[in-house]
Formats: sequence, C-alpha cells, structure tokens
Amino acid sequence: MRRGSEEATSVKRRMAEDGRDESVAADDDSQHTAEDGRNGLNNTMVEESPTLLRRMEICVAEAEKRSGKNAVNMQETFTVYLIETRPMDALAEGRNPAPDSLWRRYSEFELLRNYLLVSFPYIVVPPLPEKRAEFVWHKLSADNMDPDFVERRRVGLENFLLRVASHPVLSNDEILHHFLTEEHSWKEVVYETGFQAKADSRLKALSATFRVRNPDKRFMDMKHYSDELQSHTSQLLRARARVADRLYGVYKVHGNYGRVFSEWSAIEREMGDGLQSAGHHMDAYAASIDDILEEEEHYADQLKEYLFYAEALRAVCRKHELTQFELEMATQDLISKKQQHEELSTGIVRTFSFKGMTNKLFGQEAPEQREARLKLLEELIEEGEEAVKDKTVECEEHVEKAWVDVQRFKEQKDKDLREALINYAVMQVSMCKKGIQMWSNAKECFLKM
Amino acid sequence: MSVGAPRALASSGQKPITEILHPLSAAEEPLSVTIGGDKQEVALTNGTPVETSSPASTSSLFNRLQLDDDLEADVRDPYADSTEMRDLFVTVDDPKKHVSTMETYITYRVSTKTSRVEFDLPEYCVRRRYQDFDWLRIKLEDSQPTHLIPPLPEKFVMKGVVDRFSEEFVETRMKALDKFLKRVADHPVLSFNPHLTAFLTVKDLNKRQGLALLSKVGESVKHVAGGYKLRARPAEFCAMGEYLDTFNQKLGTIDRIAQRILKEQSEYLTELREYGGVYSSWVGSEEELRRPLEGVAGCVTTSCGALEDLGDNMSLDFLPVLREYVLYLESIKNVLRKRDQSQAEYEGRLEAAILRKQEDRTPMPLEVEKCQDKVECFNADLKADWERWQSNKRHDFKQLLTSMADRNINSYEKSQAAWESLITLLQDKQTEDKTSETN
Repeated sequence: MRRGSEEATSVKRRMAEDGRDESVAADDDSQHTAEDGRNGLNNTMVEESPTLLRRMEICVAEAEKRSGKNAVNMQETFTVYLIETRPMDALAEGRNPAPDSLWRRYSEFELLRNYLLVSFPYIVVPPLPEKRAEFVWHKLSADNMDPDFVERRRVGLENFLLRVASHPVLSNDEILHHFLTEEHSWKEVVYETGFQAKADSRLKALSATFRVRNPDKRFMDMKHYSDELQSHTSQLLRARARVADRLYGVYKVHGNYGRVFSEWSAIEREMGDGLQSAGHHMDAYAASIDDILEEEEHYADQLKEYLFYAEALRAVCRKHELTQFELEMATQDLISKKQQHEELSTGIVRTFSFKGMTNKLFGQEAPEQREARLKLLEELIEEGEEAVKDKTVECEEHVEKAWVDVQRFKEQKDKDLREALINYAVMQVSMCKKGIQMWSNAKECFLKM
Repeated sequence: MSVGAPRALASSGQKPITEILHPLSAAEEPLSVTIGGDKQEVALTNGTPVETSSPASTSSLFNRLQLDDDLEADVRDPYADSTEMRDLFVTVDDPKKHVSTMETYITYRVSTKTSRVEFDLPEYCVRRRYQDFDWLRIKLEDSQPTHLIPPLPEKFVMKGVVDRFSEEFVETRMKALDKFLKRVADHPVLSFNPHLTAFLTVKDLNKRQGLALLSKVGESVKHVAGGYKLRARPAEFCAMGEYLDTFNQKLGTIDRIAQRILKEQSEYLTELREYGGVYSSWVGSEEELRRPLEGVAGCVTTSCGALEDLGDNMSLDFLPVLREYVLYLESIKNVLRKRDQSQAEYEGRLEAAILRKQEDRTPMPLEVEKCQDKVECFNADLKADWERWQSNKRHDFKQLLTSMADRNINSYEKSQAAWESLITLLQDKQTEDKTSETN
C-alpha cells in the first residue's frame, strides 16, 4: 500500500474530524463574546456548509504518462493523475460503490489554484507540490519524469485537494466541485468566470506595498512572520539535503568493509566464517541508508508545503496592503476633490492649483464655466464618496475574513509542524535502532571469529 | 612434560650449538657427529638426505623439537591458559615530559613483577623512553633472529603534522609500547633474553652495555654468508609468505577504508552541526513550536557529540593497531628471508661438501652439520612462533573489530536515547494540552 496514501488517509481523517469538531462546538455556543463571535463565524460557516470532505471521499489514486500535442502543436509527454471520488454517505452506510474518476494534469491543478487565489484573496490558499524538484541531494534526480518524483507529486496533489476540500470557505466553491467531477468542460467553465481579469497586477501590488501609509499592524507582523517562515524552511531544506548527502556517503563506504572482509576470510582458517558473515552485515548496513533517506523525503515534503504556504500567507498580507492603499488613495482623492470644490465655490485658494494660477494670470473664467465645473466636481465627489464607501467595505471585509483565516492557518501550521517534528524524531529513533541491529549482528560474527 | 628451566632450550641462538648441552644428555659430553642412527642416541645425528631437511627428520634433534612443540602447545593460546603459568608481568604507564637544554622527550614508567630466579628482586620500576624500547627491539632481533619480534609503534613522526606531546599521541604510543613489552614478556624464549632483563631492571640503561654482549653473540648468528641461492622452500614457508602478502594487502585496504569513513563522518558532522543551528535560529520567530524546535536542535547536538567521540576513538584505538600489524608483517617477512638464507647456506655447503667427499672421501665437515642444525632450529622456532602469532592475531583482531562494533552501537544508543526522550516530552505536552483544551 502506498505510504503516501496511508499518511493522506490519516490527514483526511484528521481534517474530517476537525470539521466535525468545529460543528459540535457550535451546538454548545450560546453566549457571544468577541472571540466567540469569531469562532461562531467559523462554526456557523461549517455548520451551514459542511466541508466538502465530509460529504465526499477524495483521493488521487494513480499517475500515468500520456502523449499529446501541446498549444504550439508539438508532441509532448506529460503525466496525468487520476482523481477518484466517492460519496461519504454511501460509505457510511457500508456500501462500497465504485468511485467516480477523472484524469487531470498538473497544469489544471495550477489553473484551479490560480482561480482560488484570485477569488478568495482573504484566504491562505493551500499550495501545490513543487513544480520542479528542488533541494535534492545527489542521489535523487531532479527529473520531473522520475517515478519517485511523480509518486511524491501524486501524494502532494492529493494533499492539496484534501486541504482545499476541508477548508471551511474554499470547500464550497463550485469550480472546485466541477474540478472534481467534470473532466472535459471544466476549463471553459473556469475561464468563463473571468477570474483572470480580476487578478491584481504585480505592479499595482508592489506599488501598494511601498506607498501604503497605515496598514493594519497585525498584517504587517504576519507579513514579517511569513518572511521568517520562508527563510527558515528553505534554510532547513537546504541543510537537510546536504546532511543526507553526507550520511549517504558514510553508510556506503562501510560497504567496502563487506568486500575486504570477504576477501580476507579466504585466507583465514578459524576466522574465515566469522569474517565472511560480518562482511554480509556490513553490506546490509550500507544498503540500509536507501530506505532511511527515502522515508525522510516525506519530512522534506512537509517542510516544503509550509515553505510554499509562507508565500500564500504573504499574498494575503499583500492583498491587505493593496486594499488599504486603494482606500487611502480613494480617500485622498475625495479630499482633494472636496477641496477643489471649496476653493471654486468660495474663491479662497488654500492649496496650489494649476487652475488657480491660470486664473490669476489670465483672469477669472466666466460664471457659466464655473457652474459647470462645480457641478462636475459635485458629481465626482458623489462618485468619490461611493468609492470610499466601497473601498472601506472591501478593506474591512478583507481584514475581517483574512484575520479569521490567518488564525486558522496559524493553528493548522502549529499542529502540522509539531507533528512533523515528532515524526522526524520517530524516524531518527528508527534509524538508530536499525544501526544498532546491524552492528550487533556484525559484532556477533566478530565474536565467533 | 616438564623441562625444568625453560632456558635449556638450545634453539635460542645465545651460544653456538655445539656448546649447548642436549637436554637429555647425561653430562658434558662433547657432541659428536655421526652419520645415521636413531633418535635414542644422545649424539647429534645427521640422518638427512641431500634434500632440504624438515623439522620432522629422524634425529635426536627431533626430541628437542618435540620439547619445543610441547612447550609451545602449553602457551599456544596465552589468553586461555591460567596466569599461574606466567611468572613475569610488565606494565608501561605514567608518561612524563622531560625538558632539558638539548631536547624534550617523554619517559614512561616500566613496572615489573616476577618470581623468576634470573631477577634479583621480585619487583622493579624504571623509566624508559622510546629510544630505549627501540634499542631493546634491535637487540632482540639481533640475538633471536629465528623468532618473531613484536613491532613497536612508528618511530618517526612529522614534527609539523603530529603533535608529539599531545595527550592522544602519547597515550596511543604508550599503549603500543605496553603491548610490545607484554608480548615479549609472554614469549617463552624472548622473555629470557638478557637484554630484556637489563631493560626491565637497570636504572640507567647504558646502551654501550649492549655492544659487549653483541660481540659475543654476534658471530654464529650473524654469519650468514651471502651468495647462496635457495633451491626449494618448504611448502609451509611458501604458504606463510603468501599469507603475509595477502594479509598485508587486506590490512592496507582496511586502513584506507577506516580513514575514508573517518573523513566522511567528519564532513557529515560539519553539515549536521549547521543543520542543528538552523532549528535553533528558527525558534526565535515561533511560539507554539518553540519547544519541539529546541528539542530537535538539542537532539542533533547530542548526536554530533556521539559522532565526534566515535571518530576520536577510531583514530586512537583502531588505526594504530592496524598499522602495528603492518609493521609486524614486515618484521615477520624479514625473519622468513633470514630463514631462507640460512637454508640456502646449508644447501650450498652441503653440495660443496658432497662433491669434495666424492673426490677424496673426507668426512662430512662440521660446518655442514652446524648449518643443518641451524636450519632445523630456525624452522622449528619459526613454526612455533608462527602458530602463537596466528593465535594472538586472531585474538587481537577479534577484539579490535568487536570494539569497533561496540563503539558504533554506543554512538547510536546515545542518539536514540536523546530522540526518544524528546518524543516522550512532546507527546506528554500534547496530551497535557488536549486535556486542558477540553476542560
């Protein structure tokens, strides 16, 4: 049984349980404090629309190689992944229906995620497994077609779907549902949402980061934290890869003992048997590192998920900067228009304006023109006030919803990483035990020499 | 069969063979040379044909050889027999640095406990430096050329590369010197060598003393005439030579592997330390994850310490022993060569004598008899020493490899303990948190 699926199953169970726990808590909820309010929001979201995962079992069962023509009509090879879904109620009743299934490419997953990023800018959207193999230690190949890489990607894609389908907000999305159920028409449906047009331009976002004046401190702190998280996880992944490389070398060199003991045993009388068997154990020791390091890849994958999660967190913070900036701009714009209006109507020039200057230089304009301008300004001011209202709502809504999800993310991260660290310790214990076993076996042979 | 004082073994090259009393002889009858005869005769016989003699030739020599073999059999496994047999105990310890205007050097305390009559006192305590051990070894080699002399640790160390006065170096050297002396003291023939006695007892070891002895001892043994070519080496000595060559090769390989492992482990250690550091630096930006991150960093540090100890131990205990055996092999090969030379000389002389006899019927000259004796004694000594060396070697390597395994196990155990206690700590905290949540 695939190890990834085992872990995915336990993650699934946990995610499903989380969903259930939250809804259970909601039943007990009676009083409303500020904190309860936030929790209540969470819980009611869950209660009203239970996460998709509770209704449906999802897994990415297989991967297959396909050939086809790409956008520029050239032949290419790519991998497709089989998504299987089954209704939970059927399983609960003990029936075992055949799953519905469809095939998806990595690029389709990317499309789904981009849609979610644009449509839910206040959500820390779960990341996809890496596009290209990075942080590899020498034995692993960086080739996307490598079967081990494909397998780990399969697990990663399943993990992504489970995260999304168990998210209190994301799991309700129709496009997600389509993705899981409609193989062929899905792409058109996604494009039809016009989400690509709604995406914020990079330039706009960058400009906002630099020029925003009063961003919410909590989000600034979160942004700083996302930088820290990214930095530490990537440092850790790099260091771990180097350690794996070295450890591999240490174990493999011991294999040479196997050969020399075997050769040596040929010229010995009483010592021969002991040496020979000890040599075999040395060979086994050298070979044992392969499994050990393969298992450790899973830990690396968990770290990678949070490395990419850090970026998703930063994206939410930047969205806040953008909405705040746009609000500030709109407010500023309204103020300036009001000022212009005031100047025009009272004749008092408070601030420098080009019109004011030209009036001074070339004389006042005609009263009809002034009226027209005043009228225009009043319309603009009305529009401006609407804009400020809209922007304020947008900003406040984003802050409110984002803060909820950021808290949810923080809890999830603490839990996941803690578990990952404990599992890492378990792996280390297992490695030590194996090492002790091997050397004890060799020792027994030495004693028989 | 008890032989009284073992020193009566005539196979030691202390006196010319003709002057040594046969253990079974009644009185100081001069040994006469006769051709033919059986082993009951007191006199030396020369019943050997023209071909090379073998230790199993039917001569009264056979008796002596029997005695040798019996005695050797008693001490074949020195570690299995009771220490009641041993009456000479030596130890090398307590290194001290001596600084003089001319030079700086280390001396070691050599302690002796014995019940042997050759020693005036039952206990001795002297201080010796490496030079003195070297002197002893040369003397032993010269005076007992038919025996395998244990090796000393390497004499020369590159002054820039190795610190001759570092604790590790001195300790390693001292252990090797101790082993050397113990091996000599346990040897049934070498332990009675007067040079050893002088080494163990004389306060101020006057090296010129040795020269006087040397002049007496030297002739019969050192006089190995060159120019004689060996016709056919007995199969068992061929086998010894081949074994030594192959074994030497394998030891060299093992040494290289061990050094490579040390290098790889050291590089692994460097990366591991940096890796632990990353966990430590991550702690700063986390709250809930602080404890597990700190815990992992701590375990990594513990593992680093265990690994460092492992590397140090291997450097200090494993590699030097390997190198010692390589030196041992070299010295054994030298002894084999000398044996070949002695056999070649005998054959040469025998051939010449036979030719002369055919010409003018002169009886077999005495030198030829002496040569034959020499060869047969040499072969006997060598065979006996070879067996004991094989047995010692087996024991030494069993111990060496077993302790290598133990050290690796120990290293893993330390690491495992650290990780397991972390898991317990974190899981306890987890259940603790869960119960406080539901409350």
